[in-house]
Amino acid sequence: MSEKLVIIGNGMAPGRMLEHLLEAAPDRYVVTIFNAEPRVNYDRIMLSPVLSGEKAFEEIVIHGDGWYIKHGITLYKGHRIVAIDRNAKTVTSDHGVTESYDRLVIATGSVPFIIPVPGKDLPGVLSYRDLDDVNAMLLAAQSRATAIVIGGGLLGLEAAAGLKERGMDVTVLHVMPTLMERQLDPAAGYLLQKAVEARGIKVMTKANTKAIVGNGKVEGVELTDGTIIPATLVVMAVGIRPNSALAKDAGLEVNRGIVVDDRMRTSDPAIMALGECAEVGGHVYGLVAPLYEMARVAAAGLADGEDRRFVHSDTPTKLKVTGIDLYSLGDFADGEDREEIILRDASAGIYKRVVLQDNRIIGTVLFGETADGAWFNDLKKKATDISEMRDTLIFGQAFQGGASSDPLAAVAALADDAEICGCNGVCKGKITGAITAKGLTALDDVRAHTKASASCGSCTGLVEQLLKLTLGDAYNPAAVQPMCGCTSLGHDDVRRLIKAKGLKTIPAIMQELEWKTSCGCAKCRPALNYYLVCDWPDQYADDYQSRFINERVHANIQKDGTYSVVPRMWGGVTSAGELRAIADVVDKFEIPMVKVTGGQRIDMLGIRKEDLPAVWADLGKAGFVSGHAYAKGLRTVKTCVGSDWCRFGTQDSTGLGIRIEKFMWGSWTPAKVKMAVSGCPRNCAEATCKDVGVVCVDSGYEIHFAGAAGLDIRGTEVLGLVKTEDEALEVIVALVQMYREQARYLERIYKWAKRIGTAEIKKQILDDVEKRRAYFERFVFSQKFAQVDPWSERVSGKDKHEFRPMASVGFAEAAE
Amino acid sequence: MTWTPIGSLSDIPPRGARCVATPQGKIAVFRTADDQVYAIDDHCPHKGGPLSQGIVHGAAVTCPLHNWVVSLETGKALGADEGSVRTIPVRIEGEQLFIALEALVSKAA
Repeated sequence: MSEKLVIIGNGMAPGRMLEHLLEAAPDRYVVTIFNAEPRVNYDRIMLSPVLSGEKAFEEIVIHGDGWYIKHGITLYKGHRIVAIDRNAKTVTSDHGVTESYDRLVIATGSVPFIIPVPGKDLPGVLSYRDLDDVNAMLLAAQSRATAIVIGGGLLGLEAAAGLKERGMDVTVLHVMPTLMERQLDPAAGYLLQKAVEARGIKVMTKANTKAIVGNGKVEGVELTDGTIIPATLVVMAVGIRPNSALAKDAGLEVNRGIVVDDRMRTSDPAIMALGECAEVGGHVYGLVAPLYEMARVAAAGLADGEDRRFVHSDTPTKLKVTGIDLYSLGDFADGEDREEIILRDASAGIYKRVVLQDNRIIGTVLFGETADGAWFNDLKKKATDISEMRDTLIFGQAFQGGASSDPLAAVAALADDAEICGCNGVCKGKITGAITAKGLTALDDVRAHTKASASCGSCTGLVEQLLKLTLGDAYNPAAVQPMCGCTSLGHDDVRRLIKAKGLKTIPAIMQELEWKTSCGCAKCRPALNYYLVCDWPDQYADDYQSRFINERVHANIQKDGTYSVVPRMWGGVTSAGELRAIADVVDKFEIPMVKVTGGQRIDMLGIRKEDLPAVWADLGKAGFVSGHAYAKGLRTVKTCVGSDWCRFGTQDSTGLGIRIEKFMWGSWTPAKVKMAVSGCPRNCAEATCKDVGVVCVDSGYEIHFAGAAGLDIRGTEVLGLVKTEDEALEVIVALVQMYREQARYLERIYKWAKRIGTAEIKKQILDDVEKRRAYFERFVFSQKFAQVDPWSERVSGKDKHEFRPMASVGFAEAAE
Repeated sequence: MTWTPIGSLSDIPPRGARCVATPQGKIAVFRTADDQVYAIDDHCPHKGGPLSQGIVHGAAVTCPLHNWVVSLETGKALGADEGSVRTIPVRIEGEQLFIALEALVSKAA
C-alpha cells in the first residue's frame, strides 16, 4: 500500500521536491498538500516582473491545477495548518480538516519581518511576500500617489522599481549608509544608488524609521531625526524570518529555523523540513538555488534513492530590475590576508571587484557589466589558482589565453560542469547535451527540457549563446519574434509581404515565404487565414480547416466537448418573444445551463455538437443570428438605457450601440473586439474598459479606445470628441479598420495601440479626414462579404459533415 | 483481422477529421493534406479533449482545449508534453476506408 505523504506549504521548494519525487518514485506516496495561500505553486521570484507589469501572474505559475490532478495530488488551497500531533501522526488545518501522515514535510517558508514601530498595523502598510501583497500594491498604485519602501535590499529595490513603473512617486528608506550592503561593497552600493535615482526613485540612506503616522490609514513615515515623509502606501521589505512557529509548537528542535540534518530530517524521524523555514548546518537560506538543492536532497530521502547530502555553497545575487546589471558572490569584506583587484570605468558606469585569498577568488562584485559573473563563480567554486592570469583577470574571460573578445568564445571556453543557471543548478554540459540529443532549436525548448533560465531568467543570455554555439548558423534568434516554428518571419513582415507580393492563398504564402513545414501549424494557419480574409475580402475563400474549432462550427467548445451558444441581442435589448423562443429551445434540447454574460447576452451551455444545427434553426425562426461569442471578431456592444429612459442620459446610447453593432457585426478582427456606449459620464455601460467605448456627453460623443478588463486591466484612452452620431460611427469604424489592417493576430487593441502609439492613431483617424474616410470605405467593402449569418448558412446545410459522425460501428457486436 | 467499412475518403475534408461512433467512445479519423488517413481515439491524453475538433497540420493534430500536439502516426504527444493515445489501423481501398474493428472488440472483452 502507498504511504501517506503530507506537505505543509506549497511554495517553490516543496513543488520542486515533488517533481523529483514523482520522477524517482511515482507511486510510492499518496500526496496531500496544505497551502495557506489560496492558489497553486508559482514562481515567487518573478513577482517583481508582475508588479512592474512585465509579466502576468499566469506566466509565472509553475504547476497549474491540471498538474495536481494529473498526479493524483490533493491540494487544499487556503488551508493553514494550525497543529501537528506527532503522536497520532496527524495535522489539522484552520478549516478543521485533519489528515494523517506516514511522512510529513514542513515547508512553511518565511514571514516578512515587520519593524515593531507605532503605526505598523495601519491600513496601507504592506509587506512584499506573495501575490496578495503584489495585488494590494497594484491597487494602491492606481491612485498614482506616493509610496515609501522601507528597506534598500534586493526585495525593497525591486518593489520600488515596480511601483515607480506603475506611476507612483517612490522613496526608498534604508537604515544603512549604502544600499544592499550585505551583497555589495560601498562603491557598488553607491553606483546602485545613482542608478536607482536615475529612474526617478528617491533614496534616503541612514534613515531610521521611528513611526508610521496616520489617522485610520497611512499618511506618512516619521524618522528618528523628526523628519516626516508623506505617503499613502508603505511597503516594508526589511527582511524575512523562517516561519518555524508551527514546528516549535509541535516540539521539534528549532533554532533560527527548523533544525534539520544534511538530509533535511528534523528531530522527529518521520518529519522533514525544507525551504526558507529550515536551518541546515547553522544556515538559513532565502535564495532559490540552495532551496532547490534542499528539494533534491529531500526527494532522494523520501524515495530512498541515492544518499544525497546538502552542502553549503555561496549563491550569486542578482537584482531583477530591468536596466540595472548587478552581480555579487561570496565574501567581499576587506581583510589582512586578502587582496583585491578593482576596475572602475566611471563614464560607462562599470565597477568590478574581485577579492582574492591565497591567489584564489573568494568573492566578487560586478556592477554595470556582469557577463563574466558565471566565469568568476566557476573559478571560485573550483578554487582555481589565478596567479597566471592575475594581470588580466579583472577584464574577464575574453582576455585570457589569447582568446578573442567574442562573447561566444567566452562561453565556449567554459567547462562542461560550469553552472549556467544558478536557480535550477543546471550546468553547461546538461544544456548543450539536451540541445544536441533532443534537437532543440529555441530558448523555450531549452527551458521546457532543462529548466535552465526558467526561473529568474537572468541567465537567458548565456543560454542563448549556448544555443548559438551548439547549433552554429542553424540558430537564428532573430530580433523579431517569429510567428511560430514554421517560419523565421514575424507577423509584421508576413502581413507586409502578403500585400507587397499579392499573396492570396495560404499555400502561396507558404511557398513564397519559404515556410519550413508542409502545411503550417495550429499557430500560423489561423493567423494567415485572418490576414487573407482581411486583406482580400472579395477574393479569398475562407479556409475553415485553418480556423480554430469555435470559429469553424460557430459555437464555443467547452471542457467536456459540448458547445455553448450565444445569440446576438443587439445592444443588449431583448423582448418577450425572444426570451420565449430561448426558453423553448432550452426545454426542447434539455440544455443544462443558461447564463447571462458580461456583454448583456444570454448563453446556453452544454449543447451537443450534433444538436447545434437544430438549435440554430429554432433560434433563427425567432429572428436570432449568431452572436459571434466565439469569434476573433466583433463580440458585443454593451449599452445603458440612455436618454430614452434615464433621467441623467444625454444621448440615445442604446440606439447608437445598436447602430454600431448592426453596422459592424460579422467582421473578423485580429482578436476579439468588445464595445460599449454609455449615455452619460456615470458610465453604466462601463465603456472605459472596452476595446472601443463611447461616453455620451451633452456636447456630443467622447470616443474611447484601448481599454482592457481581462488578463490586464486598464482604462481607455480618449481618442477625441465628436458632435454627431454619424461622425462617431465613422471614427469608430475607421479605428477598427486600422486595427484590422495593422495588428498582429491575437493582439488586442490595447496592445496594438501601445505599439503604434496613441498619437499616430489620432493623427490617422481624427486629423487626416481623407485617411479616415479611406479606412471607413475599406471596412464597408469588406462587410459586403462578411455580413452573412453563419448559423442560418449551416441550418441550410453548409458544412453538414461537421455535425454528425461519419459512421457508427461495433454496436451490434458489443450488444451480444 | 476484420476490416469494418466506415465510409469514403471524400467524407473527410482535407486537413480535417470526422468521428466514428463505437460502443467504447468516439474514434477520430483524420485526412491529411496529402490524403493520408489515420484513426486514433478521440480523446486527448492531457484532459480528454476531442482531438477530432483540432487543427490538422502535417501528420499531427493540435487539441482544441489546451493545444497539445498529438502525432497521428504514433498517437504520442509531441514537443515537451508526454502522453499517448491509442491508434487504430486504417486501410484504404480505392476511395473506401476501413478500420480494424477487432482492436476495439478485444479491448471491450
